Amino acid sequence: MTASLGVVMLVHNALGRAEQVARHWAAADVPVVIHVDGKVPAKTFDGFRAALADVPNVLFSNRFSCEWGAWGLVAAAQAASELMLSRFAEVRHVYLASGSCLPLRPVQELIEYLADRPRTDFIESATTADVPWTVGGLDEERFTMRFPFSWKRQRYLFDMAVKLQRGLRLTRRMPKGLVPHMGSQWWCLTRQTLSAILQDPRRRTYDRYFRHVWIPDESYFQTLARLYSTNIESRSLTLSKFDFQGKPHIFYDDHLQLLRRSDCFVARKIWPHANRLYEVFLTGAADALNKTEPNPGKIDRIFAKAVERRTRGRAGLYMQSRFPNEDWENGVTAAEYSMFQGFAELFENFEPWVHSMTGARVHGHLFAPDRVHFADGQTALNGALSDSALQRDYNPKAFLTNLIWNTRGERQCFQFGPLDNQDINWRIAKDPNAQISVITGAWAVPLFRSNMDFADIRRIAATLQKIESEHMDILRSPFSKARVRIWSMAEFIEAPMEPLQGILDEIGQARIRRLSEAPKMVDLNGFGQFLQNLKNQGMHPYLMGDFPIERGSTSGADLPRKPYLVK
Amino acid sequence: MDRTGQIRPDDILLFCTQRNEKIRLAYFLEYYRKQGVNHFFFVDNDSDDGALECLRDQPDVSLWHTRASYRRSRFGVDWLNWLQRKHAHGHWVLTVDPDEFLVYPFCDTRPLRALTDWLDASSIKSFSAMLLDMYPKGRLDAQPYQSGEDPIEIASWFDSGNYTMARNKAFSNLWIQGGPRARVFFADAPAKAPALNKVPLVKWDRKYVYASSTHMLLPRGLNQVYDEWGGEKASGVLLHAKFIDTFGAKAAEELERGQHYAGSVEYKAYAERVRDNPQLWCKWSEKYINWRQLEILGLMSKGNWA
Repeated sequence: MTASLGVVMLVHNALGRAEQVARHWAAADVPVVIHVDGKVPAKTFDGFRAALADVPNVLFSNRFSCEWGAWGLVAAAQAASELMLSRFAEVRHVYLASGSCLPLRPVQELIEYLADRPRTDFIESATTADVPWTVGGLDEERFTMRFPFSWKRQRYLFDMAVKLQRGLRLTRRMPKGLVPHMGSQWWCLTRQTLSAILQDPRRRTYDRYFRHVWIPDESYFQTLARLYSTNIESRSLTLSKFDFQGKPHIFYDDHLQLLRRSDCFVARKIWPHANRLYEVFLTGAADALNKTEPNPGKIDRIFAKAVERRTRGRAGLYMQSRFPNEDWENGVTAAEYSMFQGFAELFENFEPWVHSMTGARVHGHLFAPDRVHFADGQTALNGALSDSALQRDYNPKAFLTNLIWNTRGERQCFQFGPLDNQDINWRIAKDPNAQISVITGAWAVPLFRSNMDFADIRRIAATLQKIESEHMDILRSPFSKARVRIWSMAEFIEAPMEPLQGILDEIGQARIRRLSEAPKMVDLNGFGQFLQNLKNQGMHPYLMGDFPIERGSTSGADLPRKPYLVK
Repeated sequence: MDRTGQIRPDDILLFCTQRNEKIRLAYFLEYYRKQGVNHFFFVDNDSDDGALECLRDQPDVSLWHTRASYRRSRFGVDWLNWLQRKHAHGHWVLTVDPDEFLVYPFCDTRPLRALTDWLDASSIKSFSAMLLDMYPKGRLDAQPYQSGEDPIEIASWFDSGNYTMARNKAFSNLWIQGGPRARVFFADAPAKAPALNKVPLVKWDRKYVYASSTHMLLPRGLNQVYDEWGGEKASGVLLHAKFIDTFGAKAAEELERGQHYAGSVEYKAYAERVRDNPQLWCKWSEKYINWRQLEILGLMSKGNWA
């Protein structure tokens, strides 16, 4: 008895595995026609054929030389299908498989599945306009150009031929009545559809046309089936995933559970040395037949993720095999972070205050000249990042990206100022993850409160003002992608609650709803006079904004002393 | 001892130079045999600890012996390049030191041949595996290493996130530094910290050479093991089990011989620190579990291998 299913198998290597699978089909009375690539040496072929001589319903078709993307694969499928249809009259569905395909479910389940759908053709077939699958940028053009050269062996000539035809606008016409369709080359067609394609009076015309289409094995049957089939299910029964270069993903022993749960009938491509997969799927006897539909969802997700990893990668990661060019990073850093400038100078307890309000990790001046001021005075941080300024300044950008990467999942905040290493400024300004809040001119507060000679203060103030001013130019430049907020000190002191609330909202931890307590501002009594003294000495501090001589005293005295309630 | 006649066309070959590493060889051979290396090439640089005799008796080892200067052979590279040119054409070749252990994606379930087959199918000719310095918790000499043991059981800690990298324009490779050596031995001179980038696995062609240790190759295209447009290429890690109890003696010996890179500056730095209680472990050190952990930490990647 022969089953109503026949398998056409295209084989080019790992013949031992192909033999195993052919025997498996044949054992379930499924006839098999094998096409062996013409490039396989005659001696190897003879051995293979002899090895299968004891199986009566395994036949071998005429051999064609098969090359990826060329006509040989179609010719092979045609010849083997013709042999199948003529020699096995009971066959109702023909399944096209490769030598590295592996049946995952009992053959009987597939036979019954097809018997329940006697008129259905399973062939993935979509119009070129609607699918983005094509690799190499040739979609419509694969039908309108000629491809006399091999893509794998003669890439240069192949590309030149394409260029030439584009340049000369050479196109050729499709035979009348055809609408180009594409899809997976692994199909399962009914005798009616398949024989209609193979016995079509115009087949010579079609063949002549498809001979020079690129990758005809993905379009010949897919296009012609549309002419004859009464019922196309546009999907392949073969689980076959492709990576971003259009090369099939390979299954290994560790995919066993995944393949089992997929409920797919056949999977491709199996690594020839995946002993366990072959052992399990070719020997497992089924107790009760299972009627479930194939469900490759989970496998789809895993392979889609692999493609995503290869093409976009993990944002903010710099490592041995991912080192993006500047501005092509898909994320300069791994997560959002906050940089504060001037706040720690203006408020006595700013760092613990932010931490208690948001739960974020709040560092001091990470880029300070003496050492890295990690939160809580730690000497190292996640990932064994050292607090040595020397190590940090050897590559400050890597220091920042490492810090943010190492602490993924925990919001980072740090202080910055004109005394710190400024090499990092552009990197941060161009990072959309950076949320930068600056109170300009606040660096003058520590000077004001210091016990230095005024001549020194004047000199330092001039330097710091210049540095901060350059930094603000960067932050305000059109290339800056960070979330930047800049207040002059005078402006900030006028109404500090609103900006503080905004900053906490942005950090976005759910701990607070409304700000009820402000951090404690330092005593600014006399600060206005201090600025005036600088001016009197010819150094004009302008970054603080307009600071009246007497105002520092009042606002400075009022604000911090008692809890501040916002209505 | 030349057993190269046994080599079959698709064998995976391993190349290694060594000097007085007998204690490490048993586990080294076992580790790489298990991964699926088919044939080992050793260049022995004048060992006197019995390593030569040990290697001579291995059925899958071809052995060369030299008394010549390690430094003048550009740290063994010339010896191996010559052997590779002669014997490795068309093979996948792994070039490692006796204290380096390759970890690649899925290495717990897939043999090395699965990786090389996949690389072949993807038309990839070279595979990156950065050096990851492993160290014990506590003093380096606290737990003596015994022949045949897995050294990673002793040196099971590493630095997970303090590596810096820069492009080397001349060879278009990445130059990676960092880890415990930069943190402790080169705290005051980070620029001098040793390079950690390595390309140890290559589909060899007789036109290829290693330019400087296994850090970079010629032609330069082989060093393009990293993606520049945001994606991740597949890569592995070489677990570097250098820092175990044998290190102190080794450092002293190598310093005396002066046969190492850049006037043995590395060993000078070690010797200085090693005297006062060498402790590489810190609170943020990470304990090694498996390749998946390294991939999650971002030290290696599966790329599009799934």
